[in-house]
This record gives sequence, C-alpha cells and structure tokens, in this order.
Amino acid sequence: MSEDYVLELEHIRKEYPGVVALKDVTLQLRRGEVLGLIGENGAGKSTLIKCCSGAVIPTSGKIRINGKEFDRMTPQLAAENGIAIIYQEFNNVGELSAAENLFLGRPIRKGMVIDRKAMEEEAAKAFAQLQIKIDPRELVKNLSVGYQQMIEIAKAIQQNAQVLIMDEPSAPLTTNEVENMFKVVELLREKGVSIIYISHRLEEIFRLSDRIEVIRDGEYVDTLITPKATVDQLIRMMVGREMTQQFPPRKPCIDTSKVVLELQNVYGNGDEDMSLKIHAGEVLGLGGLVGAGRTELAEVIFGAKAKTAGKIFLNGQEINPKSPREAIDLGIALVPEDRKRHGALLTNSIKNNINMPIYERISKASVIDGKTEMATAEKYREEIQIKCPGVHQLVKNLSGGNQQKVILGKWLAADSQLIIFDEPTRGIDVGAKFEIYKLINDLVESGRSVLMISSEMEELIGMSDRIIVLAEHQMTGELQKEEFNADTIMTLASAIVDQADNSGDKEAS
Amino acid sequence: MKNLKGNSLIKSNAIWIVFIIEVIIFAIASGGTFVTGSNIVNIARQVSYYGIASIGMTFVILIAGIDLSIGSIITLVNVICAFMMVNAGMNMWVAVLLSIAVATLIGVLNGAMVASVGIPALIATFATQTIFEGVAYLISGGRPIAGFDSNFGLFGRWSIGPIPICAIIMILCFAIGSFILNKTYFGRYFYAIGGNEEAAELSGIRVNRVKYLIYALSGLFAGLVLLSRSGSAQSTVGKGLEFDVITCVVLGGVSVNGGIGRMSGVVAGVLIIGSLTNGMILMDVSEYTQMVVKGIVLAIAVGIDCISKKRNAL
Repeated sequence: MSEDYVLELEHIRKEYPGVVALKDVTLQLRRGEVLGLIGENGAGKSTLIKCCSGAVIPTSGKIRINGKEFDRMTPQLAAENGIAIIYQEFNNVGELSAAENLFLGRPIRKGMVIDRKAMEEEAAKAFAQLQIKIDPRELVKNLSVGYQQMIEIAKAIQQNAQVLIMDEPSAPLTTNEVENMFKVVELLREKGVSIIYISHRLEEIFRLSDRIEVIRDGEYVDTLITPKATVDQLIRMMVGREMTQQFPPRKPCIDTSKVVLELQNVYGNGDEDMSLKIHAGEVLGLGGLVGAGRTELAEVIFGAKAKTAGKIFLNGQEINPKSPREAIDLGIALVPEDRKRHGALLTNSIKNNINMPIYERISKASVIDGKTEMATAEKYREEIQIKCPGVHQLVKNLSGGNQQKVILGKWLAADSQLIIFDEPTRGIDVGAKFEIYKLINDLVESGRSVLMISSEMEELIGMSDRIIVLAEHQMTGELQKEEFNADTIMTLASAIVDQADNSGDKEAS
Repeated sequence: MKNLKGNSLIKSNAIWIVFIIEVIIFAIASGGTFVTGSNIVNIARQVSYYGIASIGMTFVILIAGIDLSIGSIITLVNVICAFMMVNAGMNMWVAVLLSIAVATLIGVLNGAMVASVGIPALIATFATQTIFEGVAYLISGGRPIAGFDSNFGLFGRWSIGPIPICAIIMILCFAIGSFILNKTYFGRYFYAIGGNEEAAELSGIRVNRVKYLIYALSGLFAGLVLLSRSGSAQSTVGKGLEFDVITCVVLGGVSVNGGIGRMSGVVAGVLIIGSLTNGMILMDVSEYTQMVVKGIVLAIAVGIDCISKKRNAL
C-alpha cells in the first residue's frame, strides 16, 4: 500500500515552548510526481520540511521513506535515504569552481591528491544530464544566482536524491532563470525523482505540480489534483478560516487633516518607489509576503538603513534620519520583528530597557537621575501592565508578550509619535495578543500613529484602518477599510510586478 | 527556596571565598611571611599596576571587546614621560599630563580601528601593541632613561601612614570606574552594547561613539598607571601586562561574551592575581612556573564563564 509513496509524513506535530508550530500534518509523496505545498506565511511549511531534513525533531508523528519507518530524521539519515533540500540560501562556496562545489565534502581523489580532472569530467556529465550549460571550471561566485541553484540541484542528484524538496526556488531568480529551473524540474520528474515544490506563486504551482497540498495554521487542509483545482479555491483554503479571533473595539480617532508621515518616491534598502501617507490616529497596515520589502521599508524610516532617493516628511517637515537615534529624537519608533535579536536587551533589566532611549535626557553631566529612572520604569510597568515581580527583573526571564510590552514601554517613555510594529504578535500566545491589540488601540486613540507590518491576514484586516500591499519591493496596491478582503490582499501580495528583465545578471560562459 | 538563596549567595561571593582561601594557603605555606605588614604593603604596590589598568579593560570586555595594547601603552607613556623630563627638560607635571593625553589618544586610535574601520578588536589592538612597543624602543634606543626629577618617584614610593600612595590612587580609580558603571548613562550603555549590540543601536545608542569612548578610557587608565611608577623608565615596563590585566578582569567575573560583570568582582580578581604573584615569588617559584600557573588560571576563569553561559542558554 505504502509502496506507491516515496515519502510519507504521518500526523507530524511539533511543539515549541508556548507555541505549536505544527498541529497535525500528513503528507504523501508519490514516486516521480511534483507535489506543490502551499500555505500562508507561518502555516508551518518550513518546519515541516525541516522535519524531513532532520533539522527539526517532531514532537510526535511518523516519517516513512520507501516504507521504512522513522520517528525522527537526522541530516545524515536524510541524505542516506535520498532526501535533499534546496533552500533559499545556497550552500555553495564562491571561491571554489563549479566542479569542486559539486563534490564538496567528498572530492574524487587519486591517493592523497584531489583529482581535479576527474571531478571536472564528472561535473560536466552531471550538468549535461540536467541539460544545463555550466563550465565546471568556472568559480561559483562568477555564476548567476540561477546557475548557483542549478549546482545545488546537480549536487543533490549526484548524491542520488530520490526526493527533492525545493523551498521557494523561484524567489531569487529572474524570469529567464525561472524558465530554466522549470525545465530542470520537469526533466527530473521524467527521471523518476519526486519533488516537493513550495511556492507562494500559485501560477508556478499550477504549471509544475501534479497535486497540491494546502496547510494552514500547522494543520493539514486538503490535497487536490492540480488540473481540478482553481486559484480561488486554493486561496480560500489557505486563508479561508472564519474570522474567529476577537479584536478589541477602537474609538474613531483618525484625524485625516493631519498627515504624520509621508513618503514620496522613497528608494533604498532594496525597496523601490515607496509613496505613502499615515494620518494621526491611524493604523496603516503593511501587507505582503515574507521578503516583499516591508521590514526593509521600516528600517529606512527608522534610520537604520539609508534611503537612496525620495523624500520623507514628518508632520510636514522633511526629515532624513541617518541613525535610529535621530529617528527616535524625531518621535519615530520601531518594534522589530525579531524581538530577541533586535528588540529587547535580554540581559538588561526592565528598568534599563525602558529608560534606554531617554538616558541622556534624564542625566545631568552624564549622571543619571535615579529617581526619574525608577519612576519612569514603574510608570510604564503600571500603564501597560507588564507582569513581573519588579522592574529589576531581567527581560530574558519574561514571556514573549511581556517582552513586547517592555519594548513598547521604551518607546512610550521616549514619547514616540509614530510607532512601527513589525509582526507585533509573532510568537505571542492568543491571550497576550489581545492585550497587544488593545495597546495599539490606546496608541492611536491618544493621537499617535501606527504603521503595522503583519503577515497574519486576520491581524492585518482586523487592526488596520487602511492597508498597503507590497510585492517584490514594490507597492502593488492600497485598500480602504471597505475593500478589505483576504483574497484581494493575497492576489496583490503574489502579484508579479513587471520586471522588464533588465536585471543584468551575468550569464555563465 | 531557602537553599537556592544560600546557593546564589555563595555563587555571587565565590570569588572572595577563593581569595580568602588563597591567602590562608599562602600564609601557612610561607610560615606567616605572606601576611606580615610589609608584605601586604608590597602586594598593594604591585597590584596598583594592573589594578588601575584593569578598570579600562573592564569596560572594554563588558562590550565584548579586548585591548591587547595596554602593556605597550604603559611602556610608551613611561618612556615618553621620562624622555620629556630628562632629554627635553620639561616640567614634571606637564610631562605627566602630556603622557596621559598620549595614552588616551592611542586609545582613540584603537577605537577608530574597531568602530569606524571595523577591524576585530583582537587584531586592531594586537597591531597597536606592536606599533607602540616599537615606538618606545625607537625613542629610548632600548636603554633605560634615568636621572629625572626626584619628585617623580613620589607616587610610587610615598605613603600616607602605612598605605602607599599608588594604592590610594588605585582605590580612587576603582571608585571612579564603579561610578561610571553604575551612576552614569555610559555605564548603562556599556551593559546594553555588551548584551546585544544590534538591539542597543536600535534602542538609540550610538554604538560607535561609545566604542571610541571605551577604548579611549582604556588608554587613559593605562596612562594613569604612570602615577604608580617610581624611578627609571625602561622599554620593558609594560611588557605582557595586558595578560595579567585580562586575567584579573575575567577572573573577576566579567564575561568575555560581554554584558555581564561588576567592578567589585574585578577588585577581587586583581587581589587574587596580585597575591598569587607575590605568594609565588615568596615561595621561590620560578618565573617560568609562574607563567604556567597564570596561564592555567586564565583558561580556568574563561572556562567557567563559558560553561555558565552554556548553562544559561539551555
């Protein structure tokens, strides 16, 4: 029965402390098929494939390869059993040749010496088999991204991979390169290799796959035969839950006569031609897929990354913050996506975290006014209800929700007028989410403005007054409240902007 | 719960317990010589050397940096100061002040290489170590410079009652260091940067400026070691001193990964290394054996730091 399947994942569950990344996912991959795997950001696709590679050990569930059952994988077991993953980041060494990369870690040797010639011949054969034109002697750093990816694929095939898992393989490629990659995928299918193809771009899924599996919120939704599926149906399955989550009510507080932040054709940090306005008391949502350039935009506004062109206005005055310090002094704040890396100072106390942006303000001749420092910390601990035994507590000992509150407390202390939230509730449990939403409401009700980046559709729709969608570092649409619709946002987010194909990538010789 | 508290009390004072045990061992082994008044004054004189320099190093290591150049800075400053007094006939006070200014400037240079250019601190200060040791030789020609103002030895030799002035200067420096760390916003910045440089920058700290300041302070405190000197200036006075200083600081509980450490711990670290050196000399332990022992002490101190970090991460 299971002989039809090369790879089977049964009831895979993965729990992290406080978060369930995968609730119950089942996946069956037939020999020689391309299975499209789709789901929203955070649905659990990455965790699932990491279970296959051995990078993540499932809490429960079974993995079966060619009928052989495993509780867990290790990277070595995965390789021995013919499972290979092509990640978005490649494992190539730029300073080595294409051939040397192909045999990285297991070079062909003649006695003690590496047999360069044999490797180059073998590499030429391997490339020819995939019908790709790469000179085995070319240094990988001189190859375009597309060819580098081909080397990864060739490496996997060279190591007898039977199952190839490709995570967003088209994301870094130009249109031409995507075409070449498709050809290789189709060729591999003919050779009997099974492929799991993960992509946000539905048209690719339709073009390549035999079947499509949808997962949502760490749960298996359904598997469809590709010719029988429709785009609308897939989007509904990916997004389509009822809006069960509650969002706290907000008083009308938008003052459209007051534009707090305005961007005019801003370029920089990879983003192109960004123009937007945020009013006083408004929550502007920023939607899009991971890597669409939302965080990058936030970094530019916050002065952490340089803008290369365009103008930024704050309350009508042109500004050009060159460091977070300057932005903070102008009243701009950023609550970053990666709380532990960029947001909270984990080894510092709550008190120090909250006072960090204002220490120079509350010091005389460099000496801190200890009373003000303490009073400020206590004030915001009270106001935003940070649950802790005391403000001397180290932030690393707090829960995710409370850490987020400490970061917010810091920006309230700094008297910020525009607060940028990058994934405000990532990794925060449901109860604490509601509190964060209430705090965001408090912010705008008190006349402040919020720019909220969110990959959670419900959150984006539930919290925003207006939504701007980005795709591939460009703005693809703006929606007013009455136009909010998950399907529309998804469509805008996956819109392939006309690339004009002038990316100037170097072709391999 | 009670047990836990008792545990952490021992933990936070472990370094002092180590010091007391060390003193007892040396006192017994030396037949009491170690704890005589004159020997204690001796130790005080000796430790004032690296005690003063350890304050700047504490700041540097707090931000997960390192300053290998301080030994050379001490040498150079001694040589320059002597040169200005003896060969240029300069007033002693002017010479001392200028020398300390030079030390601070070298620190600023370290800061520039680390913060603005982005050279890893280990390499940047390794380079300046060699550079300024060389400069010291060039100025002195490798010969000791002697015969200067008789007042110069004042700091190194004089005492107030039984307490040598250089020890008092060290205590003052520790007080200043502790004040900077606990009462000024710079101290908060040091801990923040050491904990997480990126998050510190995103919290509004101008990390690069603080790095300049820290390496300048490291140079400054190394320059202040001049005040505990007596007699002639040789091109070898500071040689290898950075090793003892780094050992003191790490032994004192300042994490080489940055962000963790207190001045009081460093005081204990300085006393332990000072007593160890002195005790070994009293017991006629050869210089080479001393090197072996000190190297082991540094490795153990860093090892403990790294193990406790691993535990914390779990």
